Amino acid sequence: MAKPVTLKELSKKEILLASGHRLCAGCGAPIVVKMVLLASDYPVIASNATGCLEVSSCISDYTAWKIPWIHNAFENAAATISGVETMYRSLKKQGKIDKEIKFIAFGGDGGTYDIGLQSLSGAMERGHDMLYICYDNGAYMNTGIQRSSATPFGADTTTRPAGSVVPGKTEQRKNLTKIMAAHNIPYAAQASPSHWADLVRKVRKALEIPGPKFMNIISPCNRGWRSRTDDAIMLSRLAVETCYWPLYEIENGVTKITFKPKEKKPIVDFLKPQGRFKHLFKPDSEELLRKIQEDIDREWERLQKEEACFSS
Amino acid sequence: MAKIVAVTGNEAVANALRQVNPDVCAAYPITPQTDMMQRFSSFVSDGKVKTELILVESEHSSMSACVGASAAGGRVITATSSQGLALMNEILYIASGTRLPIVMPVVNRALSAPLNIHGDHSDAMYARDTGWIQLWSENAQEAYDNTIQAFPIAEHIDIRLPVMICLDGFIISHSIERIEYLDDEQVQNFVGDFKQLYPLLDIQHPVSYGPLILPDYYMEFRRAQAEVNTKVSKVVLDVASDFEKLSGRKYGLFETYRLEDAEIGIVILNSAAGTTKDVIDEFRNKGIKAGLLKPRLYRPFPYEETGEALKHLKALCVLDRADCFGSSFGPVYSDIAASLYPFKDKPVLVNKIYGLGGRDYLPEHAEIVLNELVDIAETGKVKSYKEYIGVRE
Ligand SMILES: Cc1ncc(C[n+]2csc(CCOP(=O)(O)OP(=O)(O)O)c2C)c(N)n1
Ligand code: SF4
Ligand SMILES: [Mg+2]
Repeated sequence: MAKPVTLKELSKKEILLASGHRLCAGCGAPIVVKMVLLASDYPVIASNATGCLEVSSCISDYTAWKIPWIHNAFENAAATISGVETMYRSLKKQGKIDKEIKFIAFGGDGGTYDIGLQSLSGAMERGHDMLYICYDNGAYMNTGIQRSSATPFGADTTTRPAGSVVPGKTEQRKNLTKIMAAHNIPYAAQASPSHWADLVRKVRKALEIPGPKFMNIISPCNRGWRSRTDDAIMLSRLAVETCYWPLYEIENGVTKITFKPKEKKPIVDFLKPQGRFKHLFKPDSEELLRKIQEDIDREWERLQKEEACFSS
Repeated sequence: MAKIVAVTGNEAVANALRQVNPDVCAAYPITPQTDMMQRFSSFVSDGKVKTELILVESEHSSMSACVGASAAGGRVITATSSQGLALMNEILYIASGTRLPIVMPVVNRALSAPLNIHGDHSDAMYARDTGWIQLWSENAQEAYDNTIQAFPIAEHIDIRLPVMICLDGFIISHSIERIEYLDDEQVQNFVGDFKQLYPLLDIQHPVSYGPLILPDYYMEFRRAQAEVNTKVSKVVLDVASDFEKLSGRKYGLFETYRLEDAEIGIVILNSAAGTTKDVIDEFRNKGIKAGLLKPRLYRPFPYEETGEALKHLKALCVLDRADCFGSSFGPVYSDIAASLYPFKDKPVLVNKIYGLGGRDYLPEHAEIVLNELVDIAETGKVKSYKEYIGVRE
């Protein structure tokens, strides 16, 4: 069993992503990474897909990573860590290494939902002992806020800008967490840096489970979301409290919602502080806002039903 | 003691890989390579190797996993052909730029479109500038020997670069030939142990692989990589000389056949060299001084040595089993032309494209080329500098 999480204990641990990295001030990604690495009681080796996190954390000849780290390309963080993990198993079998080591891949939503989906699916299906963490900021941020399949409906991006006839993104987000769970992996979960104890507990649990694990973690991006630089935690909390980003886990096929807001907030609370949705608050946009709320209500209902199926 | 067997090229290479006994192998099927990795997988299933297999979902992931596994710290192999090599393209550069000594047999096959599964050199030729070392093989014996030599070359402390071993699809991969195998123990001793320099798995000494390097230092990195390439020839020759002591078989940067006193010559890669040598013998019997040069180390290309070996000829034809569209000449032709350029006296140089998509290369093709070279040598007149042969025009 994973140890319970206490702030006191975490505060004594070393932060394994050094400050001085060049991610934007207030970016969610390094917060996520620090929490994930704090959660582990084992040595970790990480791979990292090309993207904001990667380009900003290892600019030669500096590195922010205090753990062994490898960036290969954009679409192959999963395949890369699967290679590292396989070498580990080979050398362990040969008696050349005996330490317990955990393997984590970090990828953005573009590198995970889109271009890296095949590599991720393959690695999960092959059953490598690894944890894949998607830090989902809802667009290709590193190249300048282009639409991805994780971009929320209605969001303004540079490749699907809100214009006089197009209201930003016109499609739903892909439900990647469910797609990963459909691989019948032992553990898939969603987390948010606002709920740090939940996040840390999930990472700990995942690392104790042998085999392939997947976690999707919302990661606010003030540049792309057009929000204030100090709003990352507030926005990720609103994402959870509006049920835009429900916190749940699917362990061995059993769904469990790990946080239920006492009172579900209206989605506009999440949308309003973000400039990428500002066109939705112009006159005559009520229909779009209603659709967004309906989609969220429906998905939240469905998730609760899925949970209920298993709790009788 | 050497063991003499009758096996296909794929079987011989798979056996060499078994004898090397790597730590990790990534595999994905593609004709005509498939059967090589199938055979290797059987070695894994039967406990004949310690290797951990990664049965990836694509060649892109195959090379990506190889990069991860090699950086982790151990010996890594994969194998491919054609579309598979094309799909790996992006990561081939990352393997060489990261200086990872991955070893990969490439069973040469044509590229789409149109789809074709048969042997030509388009695949490895497109990959010739990816920073990989390329060793080319005329027959199954050479493919076997090159595979074993690839490891000490790739892993040499001055080199640390990935190596491709090229052999012709079907013509060599699927034909049965007489081969001399070394003993497992001889191969084991020859390749020795491999120690990665900065393994990711050394958690006591954390390292970062794959940095972003901006204009302030990128060029110095590339310059250093170019410098490493200048050291490859010597290592290839040193390894060949050790290998000769073990096997009695001699290898160089290239093979020359009746070239020293020749007046006309052919440069040709891989299996077609065998056919060409027979026809050269016939011409020699007629009193015509013909010779051949067959590149072995094609990347990095030994320009100086190659030019030196060819400069005395009057007329020379480079036969390419791939074309470079949009360029005037085939890939090998361009390299041979560059190797001869520094010399004041040099042969008249022509280029023929042959054997694409598995089209047979026949003795009569070599005869046509040699007769044409005889004419050029006598008259100095060239009817065409580049031409397709064995084709319906
Ligand atoms: C094969 C390939 N295609 C495109 C790119 C360009 N590219 C680099 S990072 C990036 C966006 C990354 O987006 P995401 O994965 O969401 O991470 P983020 O930057 O948002 O953190 C793109 C498109 C690339 N490096 N490689
Ligand atoms: S653009 Fe966004 S994701 Fe990228 S570093 Fe800045 S805040 Fe972070
Ligand atoms: Mg993103």
